[in-house]
Amino acid sequence: MSGTLPGTPRLRIPARARPGEVIELRMLIDHPMETGLRQDGSTAPPRDLIERLEVRRDGALVFAADLRNGSSPNPFHVVFLRLERSAEISVTWTDARGRSARAVGKVQVS
Amino acid sequence: MRRRAFLAAASLALVPWHGHAADSAALEAAIREAIGDAVPQEGGIELRVPAVAENGAQVPLTILADSAMTEADHVRAIHVFAPRNPTPGVASFHLFPGLARAEVQTRIRVAEEQAILVLAVHADGTVRRASAALKVTRGGCLA
Repeated sequence: MSGTLPGTPRLRIPARARPGEVIELRMLIDHPMETGLRQDGSTAPPRDLIERLEVRRDGALVFAADLRNGSSPNPFHVVFLRLERSAEISVTWTDARGRSARAVGKVQVS
Repeated sequence: MRRRAFLAAASLALVPWHGHAADSAALEAAIREAIGDAVPQEGGIELRVPAVAENGAQVPLTILADSAMTEADHVRAIHVFAPRNPTPGVASFHLFPGLARAEVQTRIRVAEEQAILVLAVHADGTVRRASAALKVTRGGCLA
């Protein structure tokens, strides 16, 4: 960990759910995801990639992604979680230089 | 000697050179790094991609593997490859039993018309395979 990613991290989850309900987690961060391979005549921007995405429920890892050149700019991911009780969901994006961004949300289950 | 020359010609015909596309050796290396020596079996994965993508830099991809996602029986990893991109690796997803289903939605870069390849590694070590062909109006890798 060294520094913060400039992009705005976003996590969209429902505020409330019933026990056992499946909820959708939508995750988005603005980031160019430059591969350093561009050949459009411009000066190719240097490589700059978010390499890792981690999703935790109350601290326990439930989903992770290793992103490579083929992942789009402004990485967007959706996964589905089943919740039996209220939970804190945290999402962390980390780039190749160790800079990271974090988004946190709570789901009230009752 | 004639046979060797024929084989070389045949392999060239099977693997045409596509500009900056990753070669089949790079794809094979990426697959081996992801799943080791496992032999993938066809099926057990539903892939959703548009038949024609307008913007190759943002192609929506949904992967849904058949799995109960229990401790004993879950999909451990999903690996995505674009064989004709400059580098074939797209992403590797790691899944844990807390997930409701083995579904991941993402967006990928696609350089040119090709078949996206997806491998799903199950907890018991079996690997399932699926691919989906798509065309792109504007490539999303080099521009």
